[in-house]
Amino acid sequence: MSAPIFGIELSYWQETVLRSVGILAAVLLPAGTFVYLFLFKMVSFMQSRLGPMEAGPFGSMQLLAEVGKFLQKEDIVPERADRKLFKLAPYLVVATVLLVYLAVPFGPQMTFVTNFDGGIFYVLAVSSISALGVLLAGWASANKYSLIGGLRAAGQLIAYELPMVLAVIGVVIQAGTLNMSGIVSAQANGAIFGFDGLGNPYFFTQIIGFCIFMIAVQAELGQTPFDMPIAESELVTGYITEYSGLRFLLFFIGEFASAGAFAAVAATLFLGGWAVPAAWADLDSAIFNLLGPIIMLTKMMILGGLIFFVRFTFPRFREDQLQKLAWTVLIPISLANILATTILKVAF
Amino acid sequence: MEETPEAPEVDEARQAVIDKLTEELGEAVVGSHIRPGDDVWVRVTAESWRTAGLVVRDHLSFRAFEYLSAIDWLPNPYGKNEDAPTDPRPEPNTDIVTGYAGGDTRFQVIARVQSYTSKLGLNLKVDLPDDDLSLATWLPVYAGVNWHEREVHEMFGITFTGHPYLQNLYLPGEFEGHPLRKDFPLLARFVKPWPGIVDVEPMPASDDEAEAETEEAAE
Amino acid sequence: MTALTERQQLAYANAQAADGRVNLEFETDEGMTLNMGPQHPATHGTLRIVVKLDGEEVISCEPVMGYMHRGYEKLTEVRTYPQVTTLINRIDWLGSFANEVPFILAAEKLMDIEAPPRAQWIRTVLFELSRIANISLFVGDMALHIGAISAAFYAFRDREYVLNQIEAATGGRFHPNFDRIGGLKDDLPKGWIADTKASMEKIRDFCDEMETLVEGNEIFQARTRGIGVIPADVALAYGMTGANLRASGVDWDLRRDQPVGLAWNECDWNVVTHPDGDSFARFWVRLQEIRESTKIVDQLLDGLPAGPIMAKVPRIIKVPEGEAWVATENPLGEMGYYVVSKGDLGPFRVKIRTASFNNVAVIPWVTRGVYVPDVVTILASLYFILGDIDR
Repeated sequence: MSAPIFGIELSYWQETVLRSVGILAAVLLPAGTFVYLFLFKMVSFMQSRLGPMEAGPFGSMQLLAEVGKFLQKEDIVPERADRKLFKLAPYLVVATVLLVYLAVPFGPQMTFVTNFDGGIFYVLAVSSISALGVLLAGWASANKYSLIGGLRAAGQLIAYELPMVLAVIGVVIQAGTLNMSGIVSAQANGAIFGFDGLGNPYFFTQIIGFCIFMIAVQAELGQTPFDMPIAESELVTGYITEYSGLRFLLFFIGEFASAGAFAAVAATLFLGGWAVPAAWADLDSAIFNLLGPIIMLTKMMILGGLIFFVRFTFPRFREDQLQKLAWTVLIPISLANILATTILKVAF
Repeated sequence: MEETPEAPEVDEARQAVIDKLTEELGEAVVGSHIRPGDDVWVRVTAESWRTAGLVVRDHLSFRAFEYLSAIDWLPNPYGKNEDAPTDPRPEPNTDIVTGYAGGDTRFQVIARVQSYTSKLGLNLKVDLPDDDLSLATWLPVYAGVNWHEREVHEMFGITFTGHPYLQNLYLPGEFEGHPLRKDFPLLARFVKPWPGIVDVEPMPASDDEAEAETEEAAE
Repeated sequence: MTALTERQQLAYANAQAADGRVNLEFETDEGMTLNMGPQHPATHGTLRIVVKLDGEEVISCEPVMGYMHRGYEKLTEVRTYPQVTTLINRIDWLGSFANEVPFILAAEKLMDIEAPPRAQWIRTVLFELSRIANISLFVGDMALHIGAISAAFYAFRDREYVLNQIEAATGGRFHPNFDRIGGLKDDLPKGWIADTKASMEKIRDFCDEMETLVEGNEIFQARTRGIGVIPADVALAYGMTGANLRASGVDWDLRRDQPVGLAWNECDWNVVTHPDGDSFARFWVRLQEIRESTKIVDQLLDGLPAGPIMAKVPRIIKVPEGEAWVATENPLGEMGYYVVSKGDLGPFRVKIRTASFNNVAVIPWVTRGVYVPDVVTILASLYFILGDIDR
């Protein structure tokens, strides 16, 4: 088994339980924080209002209240809907998010799978399953608004997979490994042109890749300016229209949890993940099992804040403009990025 | 100070409009009225309605369309429903008195067009005989008259020949009757009496008075 | 195979049928019918747009209205003239003072009464305040429909300053019912002029903010430029008026070109036009109109004449026989009343010509061949109010 955590030897099943609980915490805690901080408070302050203030101090328990509200609602499936697919769709979306979190390292031993060699490759592959969930939701709802939303989502999500993957390739080339923990240590231990005071967070060298990745993430999450699938003023809520109660809650939490997941992935790839530059501290010490998640959460908050700030500011693209952006602008730029990275990697 | 009789104002621009219209349409112009400095009304015959529209749009450059509607000149037989329902209903007045530019019939279609170059507006009226409430559509003249004609059709019952889709605009599909005609009652005033009437219902009497009344009625 | 319950059988049959139904609709030439029904976020109110789609492209688009028809023209026949003002307040409920004015002016024209100058000037100021209140909502609303939801909040926030001023003067934020035949109901409260000028400053800041945030946003421009182009001759034929007409390049503003006695000619302001005729032009023209309105209000408040508020009118108002048409440049366009009077206490027939009725009639023409998101953009840019269409 892995090394003792804080000096305590745990048997296999105890470790597995701990890891499972940890994953759930890792998913729900950031999701909840995202919802409260960004959806309730940041957007309210941006729109010169206060947001929820009643439930808990400064409205911090509002999410719990909303969860309770959704849990006690009636389970409605539209009469003409395809029941099995209708019920399956939200679970697909949420399952995707959980699967993405599995591969993200939160500390030197705070990983669900030790030494996951396929790290980032696995993450990119698994994150596309949510597109299937969205399409199922749109089609199975027997509602033309949902159908249009689902079809738009399918086109959009597939189109923006490519820039995301290509942006990540630059990072992989620079790190030399697909293993997420390896990428973290490459950034922490690396040096920018010989100066190792800051490590080598790929934010600086892969700035273009970072921008493309964040744009692609915005589109993968279905947030404005890429929220054609939901497009509230046209499609009522797009593919989520017919969902209510627990299933709507799953979509809702899934949306914010996947924002957290992608923010975590972006933090790992570009900001150095759970680590600080190796020049500042000894990264192998056990203290980073506690500090790692906290550092990771902070970085996730920063990136999540960026995602939601853009969401509440910009208008939305029409889907043909959206597709044009992906295919004719982002993909060529990311290909050029890969080329430049390769050349520079070989040269230096 | 001596009062000099004022010479009637002459509104030259508007008079020129009437003159040009009479020149183009000839016998079809059967009435006109000018309020100097303000507005001009012209009444044409029903047969020349479409031609009048084309003349007005092309030759007199009234290119902007304002509205098309109708007036039912029958005085309201129900009055204002502000009388107490117990009073005898007053005799309805059936005299049809029409307004500016004259008119002989109960229904008149009125349309207004505007010219943005000469800054004038023109009201066109046309009489419709009671037994033949139909008029040529103005769709080829102004595209925007579509909904106006539908509204006049459902509200007054006037058909516009040549209009492709004279369906109800506001009212549900099975509605019977034409609401803006004067003989179509305003149902709200029948269902609930006008609250401004005093003593619609007898005041609730006290017990002594009620007994006295029933005794009187029994006698 | 286990026996299926009846419910399962029904569900299976429904699933197959649902599939087949949609497939059938895809394959017919008429296209899939999408009902942006009376309840929809995109239509401001209860307007139903039946859209036939081929994929995402509109084949035909038909608006169905009348869900809010209240029968105003019939109701005016049983009301006296002062009572009609309470009724017509509610036609365009966002710029409500502006609805009363043309009717009152028509009655005054027939009675041959002229309101004193102070009343006319204050009427103009309140008219422009309603215009600002109405159009600033449009600015936020159009941004909302394009997706920038924060702009709508800013519009509501800054509109409150204007509504507060209207309430301070007339007693009602939304339905002032302040105009009377012959003048106004009351004079202005103390300190109102200074407060209104301060709120005009805030409105000008709001315009600047909207220009940077919304108008200058590249995505907004990509969504609105070239969408829903209405050439000038089509606009004239359909009877479109107001900012929609000026955005198509026609230089016509009733305030300047057909004065009705209010005080617009006493101050210095511009008529804003735009040659393009697309949705962006309509947005831009209205934003500039807010600025021009603030200029008008400032100038009028500076030179407000002293004097009585109400002309000498008899207590019981009987309007002599005649017909009159008065139209003014309301926030939504040109609103006119054709009043037929027989010398009674109330009108014989009132024809209410509203701007949105003609503006909405152009929708089938302008939405041919656009995409579904563009339908929403065009609806937002044409800017109608349901009460104005349906009366």
